[in-house]
Amino acid sequence: MALQQQIDRTAARPVGKPKLGKLARREEREFYLFISLWIIGFIAFDAGPILASFVISFTNWSMMTPPNWTGLQNYQRLIADPLFYTAMWNSLYFGVGSVGLGLIVSFLLALLLNQKVLGISIFRTIFYLPSVVSGIAVAILWIMILHQDFGLINTVLSWFGVKGPGWLVQPQWAKPALILMSLWGAGGSMVIYLAGLQSVPQHLYEAASIDGAGPWMKFWNVTVPMMSPVIFYNLIVGFIASLQGFVLVLIMTNGGPANATLMFGLYIYRVAFQFFQMGYASALAWVLLVVIMIITALQFLGAKYWVFYEGETAR
Amino acid sequence: MSANLQQRTVVTAPARRQPLFGMRHQRLAQRVIVYALLLALSVLFILPFMWMVSTSLKSSEDVFTYPPSFFPTTFLWQNYPRGWTILPFNTFLINSLIVTFANVIGNLISCSLVAFGFARLRARGRDILFLALLATLMIPREVTIVPRFLLFSQMGLVNTLWPLILPAWFGYAFFIFLLRQFFMTIPTELDDAARIDGASSLRIFFEIILPLSKPALATVAIFAFIGNWSNLLDPLIYIRSQDLYTLALGLNLFRGQNFTQFNLLMAVSIITLIPVLTVFFLSQRLFVQGVTLTGMGGR
Repeated sequence: MALQQQIDRTAARPVGKPKLGKLARREEREFYLFISLWIIGFIAFDAGPILASFVISFTNWSMMTPPNWTGLQNYQRLIADPLFYTAMWNSLYFGVGSVGLGLIVSFLLALLLNQKVLGISIFRTIFYLPSVVSGIAVAILWIMILHQDFGLINTVLSWFGVKGPGWLVQPQWAKPALILMSLWGAGGSMVIYLAGLQSVPQHLYEAASIDGAGPWMKFWNVTVPMMSPVIFYNLIVGFIASLQGFVLVLIMTNGGPANATLMFGLYIYRVAFQFFQMGYASALAWVLLVVIMIITALQFLGAKYWVFYEGETAR
Repeated sequence: MSANLQQRTVVTAPARRQPLFGMRHQRLAQRVIVYALLLALSVLFILPFMWMVSTSLKSSEDVFTYPPSFFPTTFLWQNYPRGWTILPFNTFLINSLIVTFANVIGNLISCSLVAFGFARLRARGRDILFLALLATLMIPREVTIVPRFLLFSQMGLVNTLWPLILPAWFGYAFFIFLLRQFFMTIPTELDDAARIDGASSLRIFFEIILPLSKPALATVAIFAFIGNWSNLLDPLIYIRSQDLYTLALGLNLFRGQNFTQFNLLMAVSIITLIPVLTVFFLSQRLFVQGVTLTGMGGR
């Protein structure tokens, strides 16, 4: 009946020519209905907040008193704030270290698992499992593992006569300790690399063999180029994620010792929810957003020189 | 999906040539090295878990003997009930279950609807919107936590479970992307045939797409479950009263009060990990498929 009504309506409409057919218009309407939940969410939880935080970053809002417009004051404060630089440095150090080493470790694990060995699924499970557990239980576990006197790592080191450092107590060891911890979760990207390795066409390796290439040459001239888009993707996503992960740090060190693990996210959290300086926190957040955009753009620019997409003609 | 994967492995299985005489030994040696490495690395990856279990069974004296021993002198199973009852962990468990299931269901409903739109319906502006969707994955959480907090506090929802639940009901880009990728592998001929028979989009969604997408939906449910179960940041920001604490928050409180009682801490930590580990072991295949389908390793 509804359809009949619609037909009547269109029939009654005067000559004017519609841009889209009736069915197409209905489909378009349906599309927007189907995605309407996300559009609301996008406005309320993503786009809206981003714009709002930009506006708030020019105020001195503290939640208690109504906000005052302070212009660029927050950004001026930021430039003179030594903790801003400390936090930025810590995050970049951790990001580069954990993503770089994580790439190497997970890629090597994937290569090992790709050796067509028996029991591959058992090993895959073992390597993958740590990346599934996360959050506070893991933080507590690693506090203990990294403990100076009673921790697992220093216990093992002592068997070899090495006196391990106070991982989370000495400023110069705190960031390496966190990077080490992040490597435990390398299984997540390992699974992705493994899937990538398994889909590299075998005929490329055969062709390379015929040309007399050894395993090393095959690795650099077939495997790496074929995997480069996957690696590239993981670098981008991994780096953004590494700049965000401050919950573990919040629990394990709360930024200490001597601000050695004060990550950028943690600093924002502290300014916003411990000092209630929403304006300054928003300014910091916006700087972070811009830094991430710049780094991502640089990665895309650099990708031209090493990422190989199948089907692209050789230059 | 699984057929697809299987096919792939079959196709890429190497066409081995007959091993030459000397090569057989080389192969064997290579195999031995690979296994040795795999075993050594497995020990490294498992050791932290073993350490966790062994500590949870130690007495307080055992935890702080020097040099530490790997095994407890006596196995104190009562550490588990003891730790669990020091704080109202049963309440925390119920809150965690409420929040997690509300998130899983919200994500399943909202994300599958949106993904269907993006995968199956043509409209002007669709591609731009899809790019916007993907772009939200790149936004660091820190940029939105402050305004989101202000939003929820304007709504008077701070110190309720709502801020932990509501966002999931409005789609999450990663899951929408995952489901869309999956929906696109379902032949459109099925939709067309149904449309000729007069089926509406909603009917196609419910009666064709959803039943064929069970593996992808299960993957989303699992990712949502695990992601929310261990979420600490949002409860930390929004929850004040202890009767609304989630497990993660309760564990954090417990740690603050008993930071030297590693045995009890580990016991409670292990209990909180059990649901995650169970889900993982029951659904490992879906997990790996979900990761490879999107090329993303969780969050």
